[in-house]
Amino acid sequence: MAAHARGLTAPGPTEDARVPARSDVPAPAQGVLADERVTTGDGSVVVRDLVRAYGLGEGDGRVLRGLDLDIAAGEFVAILGRSGSGKSTLLRALAGLDHDVHGTGTIAVPDRVSVVFQDSRLLPWARVLDNVTLGLRGPGARDLGTERLAEVGLAGRERAWPTELSGGEQQRVSLARSLVREPQLLLADEPFGALDALTRTRMHALLRDLCARHRPAVLLVTHDVDEAIVLADRVVVLDAGQIALDVDVLHRDPADAAYVALRRQLLDALGVPPVVGPATPSAPDRSTP
Amino acid sequence: MSTLSLPQGLARRPVARPAARTTAGRRTHRTVRRLGPGRPLRGGTLIGLGVLLAVWSLGSAVGLIDQRTLSAPWTVVTTGADLVADGRLQEHLAVSAGRALSGLALGIVAGTVLAVVAGLSRWGEAIVDGPVQLKRAIPSLALLPLLILWLGIGETMKVVTILLGVLIPVYIHTHNGLRTIDARYVELAETVGLTRWEFLTKVVLPGALPGFLLGLRFAVTGCWLALVVVEQINGTAGIGYMMELARTYGQTDVIVVGLVLYGILGYGSDLLVRVVQRRALSWRRTLAG
Repeated sequence: MAAHARGLTAPGPTEDARVPARSDVPAPAQGVLADERVTTGDGSVVVRDLVRAYGLGEGDGRVLRGLDLDIAAGEFVAILGRSGSGKSTLLRALAGLDHDVHGTGTIAVPDRVSVVFQDSRLLPWARVLDNVTLGLRGPGARDLGTERLAEVGLAGRERAWPTELSGGEQQRVSLARSLVREPQLLLADEPFGALDALTRTRMHALLRDLCARHRPAVLLVTHDVDEAIVLADRVVVLDAGQIALDVDVLHRDPADAAYVALRRQLLDALGVPPVVGPATPSAPDRSTP
Repeated sequence: MSTLSLPQGLARRPVARPAARTTAGRRTHRTVRRLGPGRPLRGGTLIGLGVLLAVWSLGSAVGLIDQRTLSAPWTVVTTGADLVADGRLQEHLAVSAGRALSGLALGIVAGTVLAVVAGLSRWGEAIVDGPVQLKRAIPSLALLPLLILWLGIGETMKVVTILLGVLIPVYIHTHNGLRTIDARYVELAETVGLTRWEFLTKVVLPGALPGFLLGLRFAVTGCWLALVVVEQINGTAGIGYMMELARTYGQTDVIVVGLVLYGILGYGSDLLVRVVQRRALSWRRTLAG
């Protein structure tokens, strides 16, 4: 890693108290990452003692404070957290997209990592199939792209422009683009946040279906507690840069009492108080859960 | 309010047509976007030209326009036919077109290369942008004396003058196009692992294409403009020379033939770029679409 090498050749250890010094890596200069980035062979994710700080923010500016996280190969983990809890920062760190932060830690991710963003992020000047196969080399790329498009239900739309598609369709193209690389790790940053409720429910089914078929490890960042429970094997709640709660999801049926209990547990961890008021069973008010 | 009180009158007198007509008129109006410019006219751009030609013809026929001030349209046509017949017009046109096209081609290449260099690296921008902006502030005509001293009065000077005029709009608009490419696409390119070359050809250049084509439209009209200047200052052939010669003999018809030719060339080339623009940017949905 270039940043790492620069950290090693820095003229002497600096006195940057914001970034804790690691054993054999000298404390980096401002805005330099001193991560140890490793590639895992088995498709799992290991994060150790991850620290991320944006300049001199509130307090010490740290967004992630010594975070440890393991994701097994093929495991679906949802990250919940309030705004500013560091969930997106964690995802960007795993994706290797954080260039303007300070930080240290050990990150071990698989070789093939794909990212799905909240916006579909399709190149408007490229046709749908070219968007899906972007960055893919080799003779079979187009066939593979066509296959993935069919998998997300967009067969026959290969030559369409992204602007001709609806929001949900665009996000499906973006899913196809991430899956065409056969990722071992899929990082999804609130991928359904901009979609309407009906489309979102449909996308949940699609994503679950796709993950069951391709078996990537998934890290899904979301605001939506129900989305997390419906999709994930495990839900992690971040608070102030650390893991506040880490629970396995065993019951996905909303009618199950365990589902309700888990939901309440997650909402408590997120600091959302229960709805108070006339919650009598005689008045079937189903507008607010 | 008046329409509300009308029905009584309508029942009594079947003559009250105007009221019915206004409501019908209002209904047809609704099918057009209220704040839009209205339905496109067929052959819209030709209408103004036709009016201009009609006024000119009428003025010449009635005698309001003196033949020594401005020749009649039919005189211009016959003079043009004569010039074509003895081959002088084609000869001058070939020389002019050769100059314009070589200046245009070189200017487009130079402008695009400079824009890419300045758009892709901070060092490139630091070195290239200043001088180009300075050149932009100096009119090409003001540089002419210096160019004549350096390059003589031959073809080189003429082509270089056109080149300098073309380079500026191509550079400015392409550079702007490059700089305004969404940073999110750069992030996407990183996550899908594009190489620098793929990034350039699949993200940067297509993204800057709208800007480039806008610059090209300015450049194309600008190149004919620069052509007039260099041909009238010093030349032994070309449309500008032909017109300059006609001035000394007081042949307004030949001058007008030259003007019409410049107009056709300038307008035609602009039309051509617009066709290219529509083809190349079919992915865009704009008001014009």
